[in-house]
Amino acid sequence: MKVGFLVNPIAGMGGGVALKGTDGAETLRRARELGAVPRAFERAALALEAASPLSPDVTFLACGGGMGAELLRKWGLPFEVVYTPPFPDTSSEDTRRAVWAMRGAGAALLLFAGGDGTARDVCAALEGGAAGERTSLPVIGVPAGVKIHSAVYGITPRRSGQLLRKFMAGQVRDYTQAEVMDIDEEAFREGRVDARLYGYLTVPRDRSCLQDRKSGGMPVDSYDRTAIGAWVAKEMRPGRLYLVGSGSTTQAVMDALRLSGTLLGVDAVKDRRLMGSDLTERQLLELVEPGNTTLIVTATGGQGHLLGRGNQQLSPAVLRAVGPGNIMVIATPEKLNGLFLRPLRVDTGDAELDRALCGYAAVVTGWSRRQMHRVAC
Amino acid sequence: MDKIAGKRDTSLSRFHQASWNEPIIYELSVPGERGVLVPQVSEKAAAEVGDGVSSLPACMRREKAPDLPEIGQPQLARHYNHLAQENLGVDSNIDIGQGTCTMKYSPKVNDRLASCPKVAGMHPLQPEATAQGILEVIHRLGGLFREISGLDCSSIQPGGGAHGILAMASIVRAYWEAKGEERDTIITTFFSHPADAAAPIVKGYKAIVLPPDEEGLPDIEAFKAALNEHTAAIFMTNPEDTGIFNRRIREFTRLAREAGALCCYDQANANGLLGITRTAEAGFDLSFFNLHKTFSSPHGCGGPAVGIVTCRRELRDYMPVPLVEHSPERGYYLDFNLPHTCGKVKSFWGVAPVAVRAYAWIMSLGAEGLREVSRVAILNNNYCMKKILAIKGASISFPEHKPRIEQARYSWQKLKEDTGFGTADVTRRIPDYGTHYWSSHEPWVIPEPFTIEPSESYSKADIDTYCDILASIARECYEEPEVIRGAPHNSTVHHISHDFFDDPERWVLSWRNYRQKYTGYFQPRKK
Repeated sequence: MKVGFLVNPIAGMGGGVALKGTDGAETLRRARELGAVPRAFERAALALEAASPLSPDVTFLACGGGMGAELLRKWGLPFEVVYTPPFPDTSSEDTRRAVWAMRGAGAALLLFAGGDGTARDVCAALEGGAAGERTSLPVIGVPAGVKIHSAVYGITPRRSGQLLRKFMAGQVRDYTQAEVMDIDEEAFREGRVDARLYGYLTVPRDRSCLQDRKSGGMPVDSYDRTAIGAWVAKEMRPGRLYLVGSGSTTQAVMDALRLSGTLLGVDAVKDRRLMGSDLTERQLLELVEPGNTTLIVTATGGQGHLLGRGNQQLSPAVLRAVGPGNIMVIATPEKLNGLFLRPLRVDTGDAELDRALCGYAAVVTGWSRRQMHRVAC
Repeated sequence: MDKIAGKRDTSLSRFHQASWNEPIIYELSVPGERGVLVPQVSEKAAAEVGDGVSSLPACMRREKAPDLPEIGQPQLARHYNHLAQENLGVDSNIDIGQGTCTMKYSPKVNDRLASCPKVAGMHPLQPEATAQGILEVIHRLGGLFREISGLDCSSIQPGGGAHGILAMASIVRAYWEAKGEERDTIITTFFSHPADAAAPIVKGYKAIVLPPDEEGLPDIEAFKAALNEHTAAIFMTNPEDTGIFNRRIREFTRLAREAGALCCYDQANANGLLGITRTAEAGFDLSFFNLHKTFSSPHGCGGPAVGIVTCRRELRDYMPVPLVEHSPERGYYLDFNLPHTCGKVKSFWGVAPVAVRAYAWIMSLGAEGLREVSRVAILNNNYCMKKILAIKGASISFPEHKPRIEQARYSWQKLKEDTGFGTADVTRRIPDYGTHYWSSHEPWVIPEPFTIEPSESYSKADIDTYCDILASIARECYEEPEVIRGAPHNSTVHHISHDFFDDPERWVLSWRNYRQKYTGYFQPRKK
């Protein structure tokens, strides 16, 4: 079995020196000036320790030098180098190239140590540049960065290692799509949180090891998504236009309709037929039938934004044309309850519209089931 | 004796779970083996009754002998003792960790009454004229619940708590169908029992769940936003599983009534309310109580159980049939003549032994005794809460809302932040102390939750011991992490993989099914 092993050597360096991230060469330079030291190795080592003893048939696919090979050599673990960064200071491009090389060399799983920036790069590499395309190569993130908003990381480095051990022992039987989130570091440094959903990575389904698993019992996010999709599809009225927003929950509606939608875009459906895909604001304005259109949106994980994060094509003009009363919010119980006591948020850029959208939403959370949730701006 | 006792530390139990590779009783069966040798029939008796079988009507005669295990008495005794040793129940541990289940001591004398031949020998199809005794018990029990709830009619047909909710949903459905109004939605609350949403959905309703507000009470503004002319009913548990009593409950029922909706009260958590507050005064039209849990039948064993349903007089016509009634002319009888009945929610007319135990328990206590039960349950809970909140790493949900009624939902969030160990880890360690505890219903919005309910049966010493166990485990999390990592050390089951629940391929619904898929302890069979 081949397991990809990737360490982003600079991940986490910005945290200790209050830079809120390490994305970009300039930030890295400033971090070093301020005395930041690498910490990703240490955390990746904790994961390897927890994964031990490794089964004899496992070989790691590694990157040369500081991106993983050194650590594996130190631990005496079998590996082959599939990519070597050309310069000592590695970049996001190196992460992407390394992931491509590992996938090409037949990795069954990728273990990577980094932060949200690293997860974004891994996500971009595995999506092959095509927006919305989902990969089947599972990954396990070792939390080593400053920002860990994405749901692909272990609760601790050790838990990531334990999950790798389970994978190698054949004990992982189910997988799920986990959100890759990141915030704009520059905006964050200025005190603004601007979070975005960048895509999804496939991760082993394991409540005990991965973060963002809030419950320990039966309900499973993917089952809930399927139930929501089936319910919304069943409730669709003939002759009415439905705009299906971005996200894996809304994607479940398209799946129930057996239509291929875009994961990160807005699609239009009428009478169970696809009327448009990945629509722009202008296209949406042309399509919307005032009074006869329902917009289906879901919340982003973490901050709980319904509008204004990753779906800017749903502009104030589009939303006014649809009408605030014609917006259907759907979310899995897991995601909604992750916001427990915190409101859903709207940030359309139009203060008056935001106020009109505030109040309570009856969020569809399952088959025949809704949950009231406060909406604030 | 004193010398020995003085040396022994008995503050915390040391325990090791028994483990037997015990086959099922059919696998112990040996053809021809007998536990009781029945004497041969005397010649005189044989002359009188023949072979004892052929005089029976043909329709009552078996065509072949029943397939029963053939086994001797010592082997039988050993078998059941082995199974009993593997069990951990209310008679073998301080069972206050099974919060929301109202684990309490059910007096054995009530068991003897319920299992006496006059009850155990009854058949549900007996003509009512021959069942006057048990019908009288059920009728009188209904009278007691009319006092306890303040409502007018009752049925013991539902066979459990969720079933009681289903019965209420069935009545609601029958009511609106008879009225000819199309109301398709019910409203419930986040910390109500999950069946308060699920059972009405089974009856075809759409469910809306209200979130809690900052205080942990159902958000009344969300309620106002959800309530409209489509609302058929509200289904509310009170107190909820947080142990918080909704002091605004009458405001909810008032608003619901103004919208024309029926009000259904889930009183499964009534152990702290007896004689203190009633369904009727809270403004509800229907309610159910668990005769198991509070009223002297043990909970947590999958039955037998009864979710007694009570309702206002105006809703009697919609109740399940038959109701047990009484008239001077007919004595006790089964009344099937309900014009708009929701039909049957279960075969026959209720679980008789559970009704007998409940009746005996209530009568042995009287009205003042019931009130005392609730007062002690509340006192125990609030004492226990004070002890638990003194444990490093423990906290309570909605801390500003104290005291609690009969249970409380706590959190190990601080413990988790400090040590990496949370409620799942405590769950693994606690069997080593000879007891167990329960976390929470889904979803786990209270981080690292656990729910403790020390009902009136437990002494101060019992509560102290249980809290000492929790404190000891918390200390181990901080000081001896390896002990927690490897736990349980003295149990037969180690980590439980919840992933099994998600995979139908790995489910087993019977022993035979288990043998087909697994060998040993869940070791998959090679195909």
